[in-house]
Amino acid sequence: MENEPVVQVKGLVKRYGAKTAVNGLDLVVATGAVTAVLGPNGAGKTTTVETCEGYRRPDAGTVRVLGLDPVADAERLRPRIGVMLQSGGVYSGARADEMLRHMAKLHAHPLDVDALTERLGLGDCGRTAYRRLSGGQQQRLSLAMAVVGRPELVFLDEPTAGLDPQARRSTWDLVRELRADGVSVVLTTHFMDEAEALADDVAIIDAGRVIAQGSPEQLCRGGAENTLRFTGRTGLDLGSLVKALPDGSEAAEPLPGTYRITGTIDPQLLATVTSWCAQHGVMPEGISVERHTLEDVFLELTGKKLTGKELRA
Amino acid sequence: MSAGTYTPRPGAAPLPRMIAAQTALETRMLLRNGEQLLLTVIIPALLLVLFSAVDIVDTGSGASVDFLAPGILALAVMSTAFTGQAIATGFERRYGVLKRLGASPLPRWALMTAKTLSVLVTEVLQIVLLTAIAFALGWSPQGNPLSVLLLLVLGTAAFSGLGLLMAGTLKAEATLAAANLVFLLLLVGGGVIVPLDKFPDAVQSVLGLLPVSALSGGLRDVLQHGASMPWAEAGVLAVWAVLGLGAAAKFFRWE
Repeated sequence: MENEPVVQVKGLVKRYGAKTAVNGLDLVVATGAVTAVLGPNGAGKTTTVETCEGYRRPDAGTVRVLGLDPVADAERLRPRIGVMLQSGGVYSGARADEMLRHMAKLHAHPLDVDALTERLGLGDCGRTAYRRLSGGQQQRLSLAMAVVGRPELVFLDEPTAGLDPQARRSTWDLVRELRADGVSVVLTTHFMDEAEALADDVAIIDAGRVIAQGSPEQLCRGGAENTLRFTGRTGLDLGSLVKALPDGSEAAEPLPGTYRITGTIDPQLLATVTSWCAQHGVMPEGISVERHTLEDVFLELTGKKLTGKELRA
Repeated sequence: MSAGTYTPRPGAAPLPRMIAAQTALETRMLLRNGEQLLLTVIIPALLLVLFSAVDIVDTGSGASVDFLAPGILALAVMSTAFTGQAIATGFERRYGVLKRLGASPLPRWALMTAKTLSVLVTEVLQIVLLTAIAFALGWSPQGNPLSVLLLLVLGTAAFSGLGLLMAGTLKAEATLAAANLVFLLLLVGGGVIVPLDKFPDAVQSVLGLLPVSALSGGLRDVLQHGASMPWAEAGVLAVWAVLGLGAAAKFFRWE
């Protein structure tokens, strides 16, 4: 069943005491894709992923991973998935290569450990005890442990948290290589640039629910209107300009000689604006199109910034 | 690494290979840990040498090593199966090692099997070392080796249950403190180096029910006095084993 989703979550509810961490969450993850679960801290990302990994038993709803129940079918599921925890997971006295070799031994057809450590820039810290590795090195070891068993599906919980930009790029590259080789990837992140750069599909989570899901392009096009800016001579006839544009477009001159058009900005609209300018003898300068980012989408959907700060009361 | 490197090819290794690998890793972690070695090897060996050579405690008639060696063997079992295992497992729980292994192909029962095998391997190393020291000090053991083996296995089961119960329910720091404290208290009050008959009668009968007293008393009955099988002590250890392992199975938290 090539096209069956690798993860299917329906109506998932998970409570910790009085606190509801996940509140009726639905999520479908496509085979062979990179899916980002995006949301602020405390939105329920980790709980959702850990339920898929079999660590948590749902209070309500169903979870199927590779068609299996992660709790009841744990022994059949676990050899097929790779897991990167948000932190820890290694004996504090174990050396990096020792732990990775050990994880390899638990699998039937593991990757070549030397090549993998080399690939992740862990070559020089093979003999170093885990507790003496830097945070970034610990993260990369954890990532290596998730992929060494050649899984069909990997769950990466905040894989680049605390990494420097270079290590972050290297982790992104690895995720892309996994996808290219047919591994399905689910990662959680609160970095919207990470979701935009890596993900085929983004599920935005807030307060324990998926509030939007789609490709980064779909999400950015769907929720918010985009903006076109240009400068020209002051006092253009905005009424005439709006008449030429598709319905729902707006034009304004916030500063003298500075124009802003909001609406669905597509090549057709851009052509309309430039030909209108030509008809009116206007040379539009500094034309720029501002695409809405996932950050904007998230802000619009929740009134919150991804960093968790409330913008509206 | 070239294209196709990561092409999925999942699968668990055969169970015996996983258990062997896990046992080897657990044993290496234990032997690499300085504090653990202090508890499991250095302290028992020092006590054996010191108290055999110097007559600090009145150990009754006969060579003091004949009294001390069985007690030190009991202490060695306690140090590994209880103290060492509790502390190591407590920190593995704290650092997410148990959690991470829980998502690996290694089933939980196989992890616990590996932990038990690692404890047994360590005990064999301890017993070989301590027995050699005891012989050098003039030890002349009596009795049936099979009875000794049975007592050691029952003692290991009893201490493992209690150690895992502590590791799986308390915070790692609390386990560290409590396991060391219990080790010290039982060292003094469990008939290891101080004969229980030095204590008042009422205290004695309570102390006699402790697992370390049952193990050291039972081992002494066989190795010092040539008894065939001390059933009372074996029974006490069996009860501790059932209670400890049962409670650990019920209350153990993996995270």
